[in-house]
Amino acid sequence: MSEIAIRDVAMRFATRHGEVRALERISVTVPDGQFACIVGPSGCGKSTLLMVAAGLVTPTEGEVLVNGKPTFEPGADRGMVFQSYSLYPWLSVRRNIEFGPEIKRVAVADRRKTSAELIHLMKLDGFADAYPKALSGGMKQRVAIARALASDPEVLLMDEPFGALDAQTRQIMQELLTDIWQRYRKTVVFVTHDIEEAIFLGDVIYVMTSRPGRIRTTLKVDIPRPRTFDTLTGQRFAQLRNQVVGIIHEESLKAVESELIGA
Amino acid sequence: MSRVGATRTAQVPSAAAPQRRQGFLRTYLTPKQAIPAQARLALAVGSFVFIVGVWSGLAALVQNPLFVPSPYQVVTTWWDMMVNLGFYNDVAWSAFRILAGFLLAAVMAVPLGLLMGSFEAVRSFFNPSINAIRYMPASAFIPLLLLLQGLGEDEKITIIWIGVFFQLVLIVMDIAHRVPAEMLNVAYTLGASRWTVFYKVFLPATFPEVVDALRITMGWAWTYLIVAELVAAEHGIGSFILIAERYLRADRIIAAIITIGILGLITDAVFAVAHRVAFPYVEKVHQ
Repeated sequence: MSEIAIRDVAMRFATRHGEVRALERISVTVPDGQFACIVGPSGCGKSTLLMVAAGLVTPTEGEVLVNGKPTFEPGADRGMVFQSYSLYPWLSVRRNIEFGPEIKRVAVADRRKTSAELIHLMKLDGFADAYPKALSGGMKQRVAIARALASDPEVLLMDEPFGALDAQTRQIMQELLTDIWQRYRKTVVFVTHDIEEAIFLGDVIYVMTSRPGRIRTTLKVDIPRPRTFDTLTGQRFAQLRNQVVGIIHEESLKAVESELIGA
Repeated sequence: MSRVGATRTAQVPSAAAPQRRQGFLRTYLTPKQAIPAQARLALAVGSFVFIVGVWSGLAALVQNPLFVPSPYQVVTTWWDMMVNLGFYNDVAWSAFRILAGFLLAAVMAVPLGLLMGSFEAVRSFFNPSINAIRYMPASAFIPLLLLLQGLGEDEKITIIWIGVFFQLVLIVMDIAHRVPAEMLNVAYTLGASRWTVFYKVFLPATFPEVVDALRITMGWAWTYLIVAELVAAEHGIGSFILIAERYLRADRIIAAIITIGILGLITDAVFAVAHRVAFPYVEKVHQ
């Protein structure tokens, strides 16, 4: 049972031009094993929200609870995957994946087993001893996901993890992530600006407003699993996509207008 | 030139299928285009041949071995310096001063620079003053240090230290500052403590560039040393040069300067090899 709850989180920054309200009273509860996606127009604060969830940023108001307990610092219970991979270039693929177990002082034999399993699962066979510089973008991100999973976190936080990949690789990665998720049943909070990605992956989609970011709509994705490539051409998929596209478009327009007024 | 001509004719429309144009100019004058490995080597050797050639020509033209000695003359002088004048002794003195001054500066500048790059409090305290001192030329301190420390080794070492420390510390600070925040954040979300993040992520992330910075500042150390030795020293390459000047021995001066160049080249090669061995994971920018 691993649940993450973001409760009444607000985020304000003081700048030279006055106070900027980034997030406003956001409450999201992601129950055990759910795949939750957060989408919104650019600059709406969705990445900030994920940083708050990870404990990397302290919110101005509100709190983050894991299994009902408030958290104040980042920890191994909330693993994070960034868009920029952030692999450690001086460590081999295997040592990158074993980074979490290593600092937790897990016995060498045990962490070897964990990394070997994840290397196979992430289709990285034969690259265990390669340095990150030898890997493609998609492979790097598979290592980053494996590294997060190796610590066996309660919740997996993903910040536009496939944003830097080309369309074909992204599709493959989404399918791979779906497989992995069905195997481990982790609670996932997945931030993306790609609406189709959110529908393909998520059980539920939170659509955010433009700044200051709030949750505008919550949508249940009632497309049955396992979802495959065919899901993308289904009728229900198209309906959901049109619905979300409409909302985001409206919010993006609002963002542009407020920028014009601000200028 | 005939190769160029061949390129031109290949451009003329013909019945044959269009081909990728090739030719000497296309290979060597396309920006950022790689050239064959043999050509790279030939060009590198060629640059030395060119310099020696121009120098020989000049010496033959001027016909004044006192002021413009030929390359051959300089080589024989160099041999004479080593065998009869104990020049190797001066080289050893200079090398010792360089090593002492440089190591002292590095041992202090690298940790301080890393701390300045990672902790804003340390940066706020040290940065303004170091930045100001950096603009004070190390050579301007020589008279002051002669007053304070006299003619001894500590004066030379202090000059090198001043010349290297204040520059190196700011370069290292910049390197530390550029370590991506996400690299550290990932470690926190894997359960790392702040101390673990510091020594398992932050430090290793800076190492390759720190070695690069040492390599660059080592070159500067030579400049400050020779200046210090020219002003006042009993031994060392700089003092050798000064004495050679008094005896109007341009050939000895040139031989000494070339010796410094060769020592620099050797140091640089050592750093390059050490870098490649220690950091095989770094993506190569220049081959």
